[in-house]
Amino acid sequence: MSNESVVSAPGDDDVLLRVENVVKYFPVSSSQLFRRQRDFVHAVEGVSLEVRRGQTLGLVGETGCGKSTLARCIMRLYDLTSGKITFDGHDISTLSRRSMRPYRRDMQMIFQDPYGSLNPRRRVGSIIGDPFAIHKIASGQERKKKVQEVMELVGLNPEHFNRFPAEFSGGQRQRIGVARALAFRPKLVICDEPVSALDVSIQAQIINLLADLQKEFGLTYLFIAHDLSVVRHVSDSVAVMYLGQISEIAPTSQLWDHPRHPYTDALLSAVPVPNPDHAGQQERIILVGDVPSPVAPPSGCRFHPRCPKAAPTCVEQEPVLEPRLGDGPDHRTKCHFPVADGEDLSLARPTISAEARIVETGILAGDDTSLTALGSKEES
Amino acid sequence: MSQSLAAAAPPPTEPPSPAVAEGAAAKKIEGRSPWRLGMERLLRDRAAMISLGVIILIVLLAIFAPVIAAITGHGPDEQFAATGLTAIGQPKGPNSTFLLGTDNLGRDVFVRIAYGARISLIVGVAATALTVVVGAVAGLVSGYFGGLTDTLIARFIDWLLAIPFLLFAISLVVIIGPSLVVVIIVIGFFGWASVGRIVRGQVLSIKEKEYIEAARALGASSWRIMFVDILPNVLAPIIVYATLLIPLAIVTEASLSYLGVGIPPPTPDWGQMINDAQNVYQYGAWWFLVFPSIALLVTTLSFNIFGDGVRDAFDPRGDRLFV
Repeated sequence: MSNESVVSAPGDDDVLLRVENVVKYFPVSSSQLFRRQRDFVHAVEGVSLEVRRGQTLGLVGETGCGKSTLARCIMRLYDLTSGKITFDGHDISTLSRRSMRPYRRDMQMIFQDPYGSLNPRRRVGSIIGDPFAIHKIASGQERKKKVQEVMELVGLNPEHFNRFPAEFSGGQRQRIGVARALAFRPKLVICDEPVSALDVSIQAQIINLLADLQKEFGLTYLFIAHDLSVVRHVSDSVAVMYLGQISEIAPTSQLWDHPRHPYTDALLSAVPVPNPDHAGQQERIILVGDVPSPVAPPSGCRFHPRCPKAAPTCVEQEPVLEPRLGDGPDHRTKCHFPVADGEDLSLARPTISAEARIVETGILAGDDTSLTALGSKEES
Repeated sequence: MSQSLAAAAPPPTEPPSPAVAEGAAAKKIEGRSPWRLGMERLLRDRAAMISLGVIILIVLLAIFAPVIAAITGHGPDEQFAATGLTAIGQPKGPNSTFLLGTDNLGRDVFVRIAYGARISLIVGVAATALTVVVGAVAGLVSGYFGGLTDTLIARFIDWLLAIPFLLFAISLVVIIGPSLVVVIIVIGFFGWASVGRIVRGQVLSIKEKEYIEAARALGASSWRIMFVDILPNVLAPIIVYATLLIPLAIVTEASLSYLGVGIPPPTPDWGQMINDAQNVYQYGAWWFLVFPSIALLVTTLSFNIFGDGVRDAFDPRGDRLFV
């Protein structure tokens, strides 16, 4: 889905969106009488990524791993705890709501829930006309004309502008959401799980619509999803998120052919195989345990409590997101022990104690005695 | 759910026309708003429609009070010492000249009831409007901005609800002096807190919706979000509550006037008439007490029944509201 209309100036100018070390904490105050303790949900912790013009970056991860929070940070719907977001060469990470407004014409968002994202009390024409009204671009008949143009563009009947969202099906509603986001032909569109609430048959329609629009207007997408096959279909490159951090980022084919992070490998092994004859051939990697609480994330590598290759190093030291095992510079993995090509992860066994793995808060994991005990056992 | 209710009713004239030619379909594409669905439900509510008819009659009575005065030849404040009072100076019962009798000063009770309807309706509507506007704005601001603003408004509401209304109203009127405007402001001032609380609660849940986020992503200002995106969604409970507030305001006004701190005499007012009537009731002048009371009763009852109908029509689940 790469785009040819964009001036292919290589280098820095090619990057439309640059996210550097973005951190977002949400306070959760657990107040016992008189004693108020402030904890934080570490929703996004030090995420860096780049989206190139005319390309699609897929962002995958489990529910609650911070994908949507990251999207809302980029849209500046949330204030960043720290970090820097550069959009089209401008630092937008600390802009006020007012000074952010001009940029909103160039970056828009498509939401997950086609029911919750449309105001039930407003007519579709007025919902899609919102961008024009807010930015005072057009009014009256002119706005109506523009709204109908956009409606036609996304495959809605322009005559339906007077209807209410409740009178549309889920797929049509999502088209309304797309129309609203694309009213200004923005440069960047953040799609926050745009198809996960839809029927599979409708999913394909919306994805094709998004692809067509990208081709037509040279759009850049940040495509968030938890459906790997969808992401593979639409993305030029893919970032895998786990517990607020990016664990692997690579061009799509690279990631599928040579997954380096054990988490990526496990995720890919969970994708259903369309052909039942081949279904048995693929070894499913079952991860143990649940996603740890983002209030007190594990020490070291955040994946270590569930990782089949976890070793003491993983508990002590946080790995860096960098190219591993001779990968190119655009394939980076945040892992001490990346998976080599052809390695069977389902055979791997962790070399840290079970307690260190199960205790999700990392309290025990930081406990030196258990580790030394483990080490001595191995020596004997 | 609104649709299923509408569907259960006898279908309106237009049958769903699938796959009609585009041009022909264009006419029928006009969306049925939640408002229209509510209106349709309301129009089918017989009790509400009857009480609406009564309300319209009372409104007509108020509007045409001067006409009634002209027909009977009795001004609202005119005293008929010769024809309107008995030989010993007592009020006369209903007769052909004075349809509903006279009061203790020889004034026509029917004409005064008609004029009294004006006061009741003006106070009922104006005080409710004031209540609703102040309450809605306070609730929107409080719920949307949260934080310190919310705390301040919430504390103010607590303070307001802690004040004994009647004592405060009486002392205020005594200090400022009774007048129509003072009565309206007093009722509005003490009434908005409940509206504010209802609106605030609704706003708290609505502002977490994705469409509010979408509006922010488009760059909408806080005021635009409050009044364009949130307000239409809290309008239904506001309207329902308003129709139930009108009778309350009418009764409150009548109570204040009854206590002598409402509308100053000689302006005709139901509450005041009831008070005056008590002094002569023991001499047999039942009409002077009964007819203003019936007027007050019928008015508040119709507004209450109509308000219930409005609530059933616009809030069919009945789970979002009080009462």
